[in-house]
Amino acid sequence: MERLVAKGAEADLYLVEWNGLKAIRKVRKPKKYRHPDLDYQLRKTRTNHEVDIIHRAKDNGISTPLLYNVDNENGIIVMEYIDGIKIRDLVDQLNDGERAKLFKRIGYFAGLLHRSGIIHGDLTTSNIIKSGDRIVFIDFGLSEVNSEVEKRGVDLNLMNRMLTSTHFNYQEKLLEAFTEGYRVSMGVEAEEALTRMVEVSKRGRYIEKE
Amino acid sequence: MISLGIESTADNLGVGIVSSELQVLANYVKIHVPPEGGIHPREAARHHSEYMGVAIKTALEQAGITIEEVDIISYAQGPGLGPCLRTGATGARALATYLNKPLVGVNHCVAHVEIGRMTTGAKDPLTLYVSGGNTIVSGYESGRYRIFGETLDIAIGNCLDTFARAAGLEYPGGPDIERKANLGKNLIQLPYVVKGMDLSYSGLLTSITSELETGEHSIEDLCFSLQETAYAMLGEITERALAHTGKPELLLTGGVAANKRLGGIVRDIAEDHGAIPYVVPIRLAADNGAMIAWTGLIAYKAGHVTPIDESHVNPNWRMDQVKIPWRD
Repeated sequence: MERLVAKGAEADLYLVEWNGLKAIRKVRKPKKYRHPDLDYQLRKTRTNHEVDIIHRAKDNGISTPLLYNVDNENGIIVMEYIDGIKIRDLVDQLNDGERAKLFKRIGYFAGLLHRSGIIHGDLTTSNIIKSGDRIVFIDFGLSEVNSEVEKRGVDLNLMNRMLTSTHFNYQEKLLEAFTEGYRVSMGVEAEEALTRMVEVSKRGRYIEKE
Repeated sequence: MISLGIESTADNLGVGIVSSELQVLANYVKIHVPPEGGIHPREAARHHSEYMGVAIKTALEQAGITIEEVDIISYAQGPGLGPCLRTGATGARALATYLNKPLVGVNHCVAHVEIGRMTTGAKDPLTLYVSGGNTIVSGYESGRYRIFGETLDIAIGNCLDTFARAAGLEYPGGPDIERKANLGKNLIQLPYVVKGMDLSYSGLLTSITSELETGEHSIEDLCFSLQETAYAMLGEITERALAHTGKPELLLTGGVAANKRLGGIVRDIAEDHGAIPYVVPIRLAADNGAMIAWTGLIAYKAGHVTPIDESHVNPNWRMDQVKIPWRD
C-alpha cells in the first residue's frame, strides 16, 4: 500500500504501512527548477532540521508526529500518520465559541514552541492538525532553533497573514484568541513578540501606515 | 465603450486606450531614466508632468480616435511613489472635468492581474507579480485579491537594480544580469530566506554586494548566483501558494516577468502541479497605461466611479483592500 496523499511545495507525502502501522513517508524530491547544488543543500538541511526540531518540540510538550525512520541523504522521513483534520479545513465547520477555544489552544502551543526556542518557520493553519483532542504541529522543514524577538515576530506574522488571506471572515477574532493563548504560555516575553509581529507586517513596501 | 488609462506610479509614464471588446487600441509608455542612482520621486514626477500632454496625444493618435470618443478616464490611484501618482491623478482629473467624463481610480497591482487575465485568457490564476517595487503572490477569494505571500523588505526588481548599479551594469538591472548569468556556471553560496509564503531579499542583496567587493568572482558567476538564488526563492513561495490554494492556473506578470529563467521556473512548477502557466507579454507585464484603462473599464461596468473629491492618491493602497465586484 502506497498512496500519494499530498503534494506540497516542500515534499510529496505518501500514505504507507510501516511495520504494521499506518505511516506517512515524506519525500523531499529534487526540484528540477532549482540549481542542483542549492537543491541538494536545501533538501538535506531541511530534512535534518525537521528531525532535530521534532525531537526538541516533543521534549517541550508540543505534540508532533512520531518519527519512524530517516534517510537524510535522500530527504526522506517516515513518520506517524496523524488521523485528523487540518485546522485550515476545520475553521469553517465550527461556531464562534469553538473557534475561539481552538485558537486559544493553538496560540498556547505556538507560545510553547517559541518559549522552547523553536521558530516554526511556516506557522499556518495548514500545518496544524486536530486529532481527537490533540493539537499536532507538522512540517518543521523551515524551522530553526532561535529565541530572537525578530524571528518570533516573523513567525507570528505568518499566522496572521494566513488568517487575513484564508480565514478573512474571522481574522480579528481568531487573532485575538490566538494572542490570548500565546500570552499564557509565553508570559512576559509575549508582548515583545506580538509588538514585533505588527512591526513586521508593516515592513512591506506598500502598507497603510498609521 | 472606450477607456483611457494613465499609469504613473513609478518611473514609467503610460497612457493606454482599450475598448470593451478586449482590444488594446494604444499603449504608449515613456520611461524616465535617472541620470544616476535610482528613481528620485520628484524628478520622475517632473518628467511625467512634462510629457503628460505628449503621451495623451500620442496614445490618441495610436488609437486613431479623438479625445471626445473616450468614454471614461482611468488612472492609477495607488500604490506607488506619491509625487508620481499625484501627477497622473492631476492629469486624469483635468481630463475628466474638462470633458465631463466619469473618472475611475484603479489599484495598480489589481490592474497587473486584470490585464494579465485579459491578455492570456487565464480565468482564476494564482498570480506572481514581480517588479521594481512589488513582489506579491495573490489569488482571488470571496470578492478580493488575497495576498498569500510577499517580500518582507525589498522587491526583487529593487534587489536586481541595486546590485546592477553596484556592479556597473545597465539600468534597469534585470536584462543585463540575465545576459551575464547565462554565461556563469559557479554557484556562490548566498542567503536563501523563505518564511512560509513570504521571502526576504535584503540579506541576499547585502551578501551578493560583498561578494562583488571581494573581487574573487567573475561578474558572470555573481549574476548567475544571484538569479539562481533569488528566483529559486520566488519559485518556492509560488509553489507553496499554489499547493495551498489549489488554483488551476499560474500567471507571471510585472517587469521581472521578462526574465526567461523565471518564466521557465514558473512553467516547471505549474506543470508539476497540473496548473496552466501563463506569462504576460512584456509590453503589458511592465507598468503601462493599457492595464489601468482596462481595469478602469471593467470596474466602471461593475458600477464603480471615483468622485473628484475622493480622487486623492493612496501611495500605500494594498491590493487586498480593493473590492472586486466584477469577479463574482
